[in-house]
Amino acid sequence: MARSIPPAIVADSLAAAYRDKLIWRNGTFTVNTGEFVAVLGPNGSGKSTLLRLLLGLMPPAAGSLQVLGKRPHRGNPEVGYVPQRRNIDRDLPIRGWDFVHLGIDGDRWGVELGNNPNYHERVDQAIKSVDAQAYADRPIGRLSGGEQQRLLLAQALAGRPRMLLLDEPLASLDLRNQIVIAELVGDLARANGLTVLLIAHDINPLLPIVDRVLYVAHGGVAIGKPAEVITTEQLSRLYDAPVEVLHDSHGHMFVVGLEAESAHHDA
Amino acid sequence: MPEHYLAAAPYFGWDLVRDVQELLRYAFMQHAYEAGTIVALSAGVIGYFVVLRGLSFAAHALSHIGFAGATGAVLLGAAPIVGLLAFTMSAGGVMGALGQRLRGRDVTIGLVMAWSLGLGLLFTALYKGSAGLAIGILFGQIFGITSDEVAVTFVAGSLTVLALVVVYRPLLFATLDEEVAEAKGVPVRGLSIAFMVILAIAVSEAVQVVGVLLIFALIVAPAAIAERFTTRPSRGVLLSAALAVLFTWSGLTVAYYFPYPVGFFITTIAFWSYILARVLSDVIARRAAGRLRPWREEQVRHSP
Repeated sequence: MARSIPPAIVADSLAAAYRDKLIWRNGTFTVNTGEFVAVLGPNGSGKSTLLRLLLGLMPPAAGSLQVLGKRPHRGNPEVGYVPQRRNIDRDLPIRGWDFVHLGIDGDRWGVELGNNPNYHERVDQAIKSVDAQAYADRPIGRLSGGEQQRLLLAQALAGRPRMLLLDEPLASLDLRNQIVIAELVGDLARANGLTVLLIAHDINPLLPIVDRVLYVAHGGVAIGKPAEVITTEQLSRLYDAPVEVLHDSHGHMFVVGLEAESAHHDA
Repeated sequence: MPEHYLAAAPYFGWDLVRDVQELLRYAFMQHAYEAGTIVALSAGVIGYFVVLRGLSFAAHALSHIGFAGATGAVLLGAAPIVGLLAFTMSAGGVMGALGQRLRGRDVTIGLVMAWSLGLGLLFTALYKGSAGLAIGILFGQIFGITSDEVAVTFVAGSLTVLALVVVYRPLLFATLDEEVAEAKGVPVRGLSIAFMVILAIAVSEAVQVVGVLLIFALIVAPAAIAERFTTRPSRGVLLSAALAVLFTWSGLTVAYYFPYPVGFFITTIAFWSYILARVLSDVIARRAAGRLRPWREEQVRHSP
């Protein structure tokens, strides 16, 4: 990575609060352009809140935040976003193609006059890039979770962003699909020079593609290489509770001793 | 039509030009076609979004709230449309501000709806000797429309369609993908309010044709049918509008020849078209499932 490229995200003493309740603070970190960062942490620790801050959907409670050299603001075309997988109504009578199309001009007033061949091509291109041509014409609600995830990704890509923010794109996918989608996101990010922040529960499907992990837990934020952050010492300190990181023969990592912590946050 | 109004039995036959001449022979029929067409167009277009946004019941309730407004206006010596617009627009504004929180509030909406009908009943009773008034508002009075009312309907109808054209893309975005739309800078909440206010105007117009109780026939039925045949939003909107116009025209035409209420004909045509559409779209879906092998099991499993 050339040193002259400015960082994609710069956070300094960043804090997030929902209403009056502080969620986390002391978020000081930098994400480099083109970097792939997995965002990990227990439920309710404020991972999605971090994305909301980056999208400009809520202001920081304290500290400063820069996204692609600017203060975060809603409607930034340089930032693509795929929210946590919504349950798309099975009977939603809209084909995937039109869903993707909204990623280009959904925020513009009026109707599209005539069929803009330029947009048409961009939609086709985005769908091709996620390999979804076979089912892009079918009603999106009838597709499988993995197929929907690809089309939602295509929607974000159709806007030609420089940064992708993905909230749990691997949730509710089977293990095989988790690996496939993770690899797809990794390939797309590399091919397009995208900076990616991806919220996940399990680091293992992401291990081959992540550069660093950002841990949001217990009111704080930590960033580093997976091997540096996901360690017994680091996580025990972050959680302020004894946890243990185990490794299997494939290099997979498992964090144990977190059940009580997770349950606490879920409640 | 009572027979003594007409010089001769109305012509009906294979001569289409003569049929149309016959249908437009009287001013009341011309007005009915004019107002009916505009109302159907706006109802069909907005109906597509009503069904897509899951607001069918809210639209239905809106018309009932309009009943209280219409009867209240008459009681105060104003035109029913004034009260209709005032009540439906304010209720629509509140519903729009609630946005997604409106979903699953069937009990609350239903109670407001019932109370509105009750209020309308009270206003009707206070305005003595007016059963005809209430019937007209509840079931529509398309054959009683004056040319002034046609002009008002034309303005209101054009405004609703124009407003929907202006908000079309962001409204579709906010409807299908609220979170992403919001992140992309679409004013989701503002659109939700604007949509309900536009709906209020469309509902108030439609009340003139089919009345408060039969509104589903023009706003929901054409859109529900359209959504069974196309997964492209632009085609869905156009098909829905075309069907609404078709139902209205057919209803008016049949009602000209038979001595039964036009509301009955329009709702009957809408209902049976919907049944036919369900059967037809299922057949089409099964055939498509036969062609698309991987999709087939799923399709069969979920067939009703």
